[in-house]
Amino acid sequence: MGLLNLFAKSAPTLLRLPTGSFTVDREGKVLSGTLPSSFPAPVVRDIARQVLATFSEAAAAQLPLAELIIHYPSLKITARELRGGAIVFLAPKAPASPMSRGNSLLL
Amino acid sequence: MERRPRILLADDDPDLLELYREMLAQLPGQPEIHTAVGGARALTMLETEPYQVLICDLKMPKLDGLQVLAIVRRKYPDLRTVALTAEVDEQFRSRAYALGVDLFWTKPATEHETRLFLECVASLLGRETEVGFRGVQTRSLMDIVQMECLSRSSAVLRITNGALGGKIWIQDGELVDAEAPGLEGEAAFHRILSWKAGNFEMLPAEPSRPRQIYKPYNALLLESAQALDEAHAGLAAADAPPPPPSPLAQVSRVEGVEFVLALPADAPGEHAARGLENPERMAAWTRQSLERFRALGDHLGAGALDRIEGFGPQRHVALTTQGATEFCVGWKNTLAPDEVREQMQKVLALWAS
Repeated sequence: MGLLNLFAKSAPTLLRLPTGSFTVDREGKVLSGTLPSSFPAPVVRDIARQVLATFSEAAAAQLPLAELIIHYPSLKITARELRGGAIVFLAPKAPASPMSRGNSLLL
Repeated sequence: MERRPRILLADDDPDLLELYREMLAQLPGQPEIHTAVGGARALTMLETEPYQVLICDLKMPKLDGLQVLAIVRRKYPDLRTVALTAEVDEQFRSRAYALGVDLFWTKPATEHETRLFLECVASLLGRETEVGFRGVQTRSLMDIVQMECLSRSSAVLRITNGALGGKIWIQDGELVDAEAPGLEGEAAFHRILSWKAGNFEMLPAEPSRPRQIYKPYNALLLESAQALDEAHAGLAAADAPPPPPSPLAQVSRVEGVEFVLALPADAPGEHAARGLENPERMAAWTRQSLERFRALGDHLGAGALDRIEGFGPQRHVALTTQGATEFCVGWKNTLAPDEVREQMQKVLALWAS
């Protein structure tokens, strides 16, 4: 075993962005979902909270919304208003990354 | 006396940090190597001292590497970043590049890989941080196009400048087509080359792309360079500043726009609006929503928030940030989501111009 094998270590798990959906009631309680169980429940609740707050604050600003789409480079969140609650879809995106030819410029 | 470059290493394993420190200390220029155990500590150190390069492990407890890199990209756009991981997973690689990292590197396991890794870090340290296009290299877009054409390459350059995006198609060293918001062909090419900074990505070639540009690349580059020089000279020669433009008025004339709200990111209480009777409330909602989903994006490691779209029975709305301005644009509810996206690009292009 060489010294460089030290590079391999067991470490905390990185959060994978999942594909799936969940429903949440007007109180922010998650009712059902198809997200993998490995995706942390507090994160799901956090997404639900932000989405519900955005819907309700929009309505308070005289801008009632039925659907919200939040675009990140790696993730699209689609939320549809559902009688005060919401159904939320998570869809990871695969942004194009520099090709290996690009990396070779550095070497 | 020239100051030694400074590298910050972040990992949750002190033994690995020590190992990296020894490795990186051998780099040319003998950089100062500082270490941070964990992401939170790295962020604290970045606040107190300037660094040229951050090398960040991805798997760390509490604040993982993707979260750290998301925050760093926003707070320190000039800092060079390297994501380092033992995890071979395409999603993490894509997400790291989406966050704008300069290098994504699987932890080197052989001497050869270690040497390549050190060469890459040395290359990052040697780069200038002036204006330029940030992809795998920092250089002018003209250089990039010229290099691709001279080497008879076939590729698609995707360039982003804030919320604006453009593409340049190169086939066998010839410029074939270009696309910028609202423009195609030569006009799009010149528009893209007028952008002073941004990001670029090299995408696989698209040989089937119909040709819309027939001029030789060197002629087009010359035209662009002349246009830029003239614009620069015109600005320098002006005795008085140009009359204040009214970009909001232009933007509000875009088809489908119901209202426009522009919020300077660095002046929380200020806004400019057209088409809104009570802009304060909408301004507050816009700022809250953008901030809320920016924070969520950082937490998820999903990259910098691109935009938020809302669709309602009365009107649609699109929120985004361009440069130092946050936008909320209201759209007629008769527009389809794709049309909102398309028209929003026009709005941003108008604002940028």
